[in-house]
Amino acid sequence: MQVASLTIDAIRQGLERREFSAVEVATEALRFAEAENPKTNAYLRLAPERALAAAKRVDEKLARGEDAGALAGVPVAVKDVILTKDLITTCGSRLLEHYVPPYDATAVIRLERAGGVIVGKTNCDEFAMGSSNENSAFGPVRNPHAPDRVPGGSSGGSAAAVAQGTAVVALGSDTGGSIRQPASFCGVTGVTPTYGRVSRYGLTAFASSLDHIGPMARTVKDAATVLGVIAGRDPADATSAAAPVPDYTAAMDGKVAGLKLGLPREYLKDLTSETGDLITRGVDTLRRLGCEVREISLPATDYAVTTYYIIATAEASSNLARYDGVRYTTRSEHSDTLADMYRYTRGEGFGAECKRRIMLGTYVLSAGYYDAYYLKAQKVRALIARDFARAFETVDAIVAPVSPFPAFRIGEKINDPLAMYLSDIYTITGDLAGIPCMSVPCGKTAGGLPVGMQILAKHFDECTMFRLAGSFEAAGGAA
Amino acid sequence: MKITETEVRYVAALANLYLTDEEVKRFEADLNEVLTHMDKLNEIDTTGVEPMAQVLYAAGETATLREDVPAPALDNTRALANAARAAAGYFKVPKVIER
Repeated sequence: MQVASLTIDAIRQGLERREFSAVEVATEALRFAEAENPKTNAYLRLAPERALAAAKRVDEKLARGEDAGALAGVPVAVKDVILTKDLITTCGSRLLEHYVPPYDATAVIRLERAGGVIVGKTNCDEFAMGSSNENSAFGPVRNPHAPDRVPGGSSGGSAAAVAQGTAVVALGSDTGGSIRQPASFCGVTGVTPTYGRVSRYGLTAFASSLDHIGPMARTVKDAATVLGVIAGRDPADATSAAAPVPDYTAAMDGKVAGLKLGLPREYLKDLTSETGDLITRGVDTLRRLGCEVREISLPATDYAVTTYYIIATAEASSNLARYDGVRYTTRSEHSDTLADMYRYTRGEGFGAECKRRIMLGTYVLSAGYYDAYYLKAQKVRALIARDFARAFETVDAIVAPVSPFPAFRIGEKINDPLAMYLSDIYTITGDLAGIPCMSVPCGKTAGGLPVGMQILAKHFDECTMFRLAGSFEAAGGAA
Repeated sequence: MKITETEVRYVAALANLYLTDEEVKRFEADLNEVLTHMDKLNEIDTTGVEPMAQVLYAAGETATLREDVPAPALDNTRALANAARAAAGYFKVPKVIER
């Protein structure tokens, strides 16, 4: 069994034909992950006991002739901002180095109920704040395709684990592109579903009006299967949507010929790099499949980065207030007074990027600046959402790049926060509008670095997005 | 200049965040760069636009409400398991009130 090339279907068939047991798959995945991890630092922690117990439950169900679930025996990696009961969850932060969650995230419960086998927790930027995974307190992740380069962020560990093949699928989280950008950098599929499609109960809050959980996988079908498992209303998350969950893999079978696709002028005008050439070739593939491609305009795009970094940091400054030295394991030794306990615990515990965002968020919310920054940004957010709503009156889906460039070198942008923020330009718009969007592999540069193509669709129209991505993948992507 | 050293220290105090002198310098420069870039928002006309506080899509007004059914909550031991310091079933914090 080659765990690195397994798919969900291959595991199901292997289990049915008794070629291997779920415990054998889990054992091999754990062995492989342990052997490969020094190359990338993708995992912060493996979970052999939990994985083997879950795999054993699958084998027992199969032995009794019961349905073991859509993810029976599938090795899954989970980003370390998503809570796993009794399994340390650090959020990539020194502050939570010893934090043992008292409950499971809803997405985790649903994965395991469907037979998924959680093999470990993956590295990420601290509290999911970053575009390169360099902001982890536990060291950067290396890109499996080029060890001197970043895997993207913030779900860099999940992307690297899936690309290396130490997990078949992974959960990531996306607030401004944290699933799609690392997926594109590592050459895997990454899906940010509609806002509210997947419960965030147990996802450590960063910016609550923008946070999503979504799947990462080596095939579009595997990503669609995982989304089908984790999606749906959850009474524990009031923002989770009641809309019924369709069969996403069945939806992939439909035709894409005749679909109307929009190419946003604002996303492509400055894109003259190799990334731009590959996206152009990817669009040619979609034309060959019979899609009707037309140029569209999303005029507020130029303001998206600013809008995002006001709203996201404002919400983050509020969400991170809970790390006060009382409830979450870590308290500074300089805690003689209550005020000192707060100040020093936070000052010593948070890394540079978290502090920068807390400062920016506190500033834009502070008296005298609220209207000029935060309220203005919320209005511009409405304009960005309106751009998409108007575009979807004439097109079925939108096709765009994921990132202006492929994986950059470790250390290249870490001292230039503005340049790092600006690199999120193509992904943050989807989060601001709350629409489903994904990255699907779209070839490699001459230097061998993967590039991802982004597909964006209407609220709750993941089906069209998956159908398009599946056909694109089957047609060879940008080839 | 969008933000001075004094303002950086004021904002850090609002956020209950201890910063070293070096960090104050660094964030003064970083925040000035980012806030200057953010002035771009003044270019766009938002007259009559309602602020968007959350993602809106077509759904019933009460679609996300649920019945208020009591369910077991975390027990005291579990709830305190991650406390930095705890004793006698409570979180322990530095003395707040002077005798």
